[in-house]
Amino acid sequence: MTLRPLVLASLLALGAGSAWAEDMKMAVTTSFANSGLAEVLLPEIEKDTGITVQLLVVGTGQALALGAAGDVDAVLVHSRAAEEKWLAEGNGTHRREIMYNDFVIVGPAADPAGTKAKANALDAFAAIAEAQAPFVSRGDDSGTHKMELALWKDAGVDPAGEWYRAVGQGMGAALNTAAGMNAYILADRASWLNFGNKADLAIDFEGDPVLFNQYAYLPVNPEKHPHVKADLVEKLEDWLVSDTAKGLIEGYKIADQQLFVFNAQPK
Amino acid sequence: MNDIWQGLAQALRLVLGLDADLIEISGLSLQVSLGATLIASVIGLPLGAWLAINRFRARRVVIAVLNALMGLPPVVVGLFVYVLLSRSGPFGVLGLLFTPTAMVIAQVIIITPIIASIAHQAIRDLWADYHDLLISLNTSRAQRIRTLLWDGRRALMTASLAGFGRAIGEVGAIMIVGGNIDHVTRVLTTAIALETGKGEFGLALALGFVLISLAVLVNLAVHFLSRTERSGRW
Amino acid sequence: MVGSILPLALEDITLRRAGKVILGPLSWVLDGAGITVVMGPNGSGKTSFLRAMHGLERVNAGRIAWAAPLEAVRARQAFVFQTPILMRRSVVDCIAYPLRLDGVARKTARARAAEAAAKVGLGAMLEQPAQVLSGGEKQKLALARALVRGPELLFLDEPCANLDGRATREIEAILRDAREGGTRIVMSTHDHGQARRLADDILFLYNGRLVETGPKAVLLETPTTPEMTAFINGELLP
Repeated sequence: MTLRPLVLASLLALGAGSAWAEDMKMAVTTSFANSGLAEVLLPEIEKDTGITVQLLVVGTGQALALGAAGDVDAVLVHSRAAEEKWLAEGNGTHRREIMYNDFVIVGPAADPAGTKAKANALDAFAAIAEAQAPFVSRGDDSGTHKMELALWKDAGVDPAGEWYRAVGQGMGAALNTAAGMNAYILADRASWLNFGNKADLAIDFEGDPVLFNQYAYLPVNPEKHPHVKADLVEKLEDWLVSDTAKGLIEGYKIADQQLFVFNAQPK
Repeated sequence: MNDIWQGLAQALRLVLGLDADLIEISGLSLQVSLGATLIASVIGLPLGAWLAINRFRARRVVIAVLNALMGLPPVVVGLFVYVLLSRSGPFGVLGLLFTPTAMVIAQVIIITPIIASIAHQAIRDLWADYHDLLISLNTSRAQRIRTLLWDGRRALMTASLAGFGRAIGEVGAIMIVGGNIDHVTRVLTTAIALETGKGEFGLALALGFVLISLAVLVNLAVHFLSRTERSGRW
Repeated sequence: MVGSILPLALEDITLRRAGKVILGPLSWVLDGAGITVVMGPNGSGKTSFLRAMHGLERVNAGRIAWAAPLEAVRARQAFVFQTPILMRRSVVDCIAYPLRLDGVARKTARARAAEAAAKVGLGAMLEQPAQVLSGGEKQKLALARALVRGPELLFLDEPCANLDGRATREIEAILRDAREGGTRIVMSTHDHGQARRLADDILFLYNGRLVETGPKAVLLETPTTPEMTAFINGELLP
């Protein structure tokens, strides 16, 4: 068994993590990670603060659950109602708004439900339901999913039936499904622009302020979980609301489109 | 079809260009899966042999449970290990969640039943072959187990390789307990899931080809090493 | 040196399988020298009889008494099966295996095994895998392995049942050698010719019972029971 020394060596290597670096873990939504903004911000954060931010890319529901369990030090998500409930349960210290992007209604380029002509997002959603046009829902309790459900509710539609497909997966997988079925889907603009498999899909409706998507930074409560790295979390928050961050966030463009609007308020 | 060619071409570019990220995640894939295979073999092979030779009352139940565990969805294992290792769980203080160690633990749970079960079958068949001879030669129990493990070593290696194959291709459990953190717990399978999610099918396929090549290479290496042993082919 | 493990006394031994008696009740004393051939039609209990004496089958009733402690008895007898059980090893390692069990050093064990292999005509194929040998070679290998510890008592269960004339002749020569060397042999066969060629004594089993026993000359020429008479004459027994 000549393999043994090799395997033992690798086992030993497993034990030794990067203990010397200042690591913290942050759970973020898939839409944030898929936007590509993280890849711009993380190296700058490391350069300015010395903090290596380890991202756990999950849905908003799971991100908040990881925070509640103390498995991450902070959470960056976009679902206000869920965030406030999470704070009320004592899981975090506070909620700091950082930036927003917006959702768009992506659908077949031919727009069979006629959403392009609608005045607002609710009418566009109602038109999709009216036409029974195929619609892919995230169905995963993510921020995007919650936004979508709120829109159906406000549009007075109970989304159910053959045309409504809840896939229970992340933004990318849901977009893949929509591309495969040539269906409508609610997506954040960043994920959509970064998505590599657009097929016949295009943005059919955009621009209604209802579709704005506020990202907030939530530190995990150190009183509940004493092991969280509260000092690093605070340092990161200071950086995220700084002018440096503002410049990077607003300067981030895909296909010449600005994705995020910085709106953090000074304390 | 076009995606597949693109994927192959991209895989070649990544491998030939010795892409640093690729080497890092491939290395971690190997580390985690080989580590898990080693630990699972140390547990599973003797367990399988022991079940094959010993007759005890709960034996059938143990074997049935083992076989059932082979079909355990990795996601369930991942969730189970997550709950145990979470800061809110019983082993939270160890701070193992989202580390390669957590991934090894999850994979050990997934592949130990496979290795034990295949080892059990192999040793059981060999024991049926050898039974009368070993009794006739007046062997002690320890001598019997040693003989069966040695003469069955090729089948046992197959058992370990089957476990390795399952481990290196596994994504559900290590995604949950590892978290797919870049430069920390990202391995080939979770990277593939990530790129697929981004709709980057070409890159995802490229990583898939690297994964397959890696698995084939490990198998070939093991067979090559075992062939150079003295006692030839069986 | 412990004294002989013989005589072996069987007292009313009975073997049942699934509630059915397949052997016995049977009493017999194994002693002296030479080759005892156990004869009888299929299903008469020959195999069970040999296995019970060797300790491979537990008797359901009766007593098996050896002249020596059980540990010595186990170490000083060997068994050759009708279908040879070969290990997944080379010829020389197969023969060396019993010596290795006794704690003989690997090199010594292999040297002695090579000698034993040469004696049975396998000297040219020491490093070949045992499982690729021909039927006759496999049985000779099994015989060499059985003899390598120099057993006092050797059981063989139809050792030539599946072999051609040449292989049978070679095996019989090895057995005669072993007898000359002082090994007490008990073997079963349903081949009358083999019994005539090898046996000193014959023991005839029918339906699990010991019907007749005695020296070869007497038993084969003047059987006293109708079953033995019919069997000798080549009639089909019910």
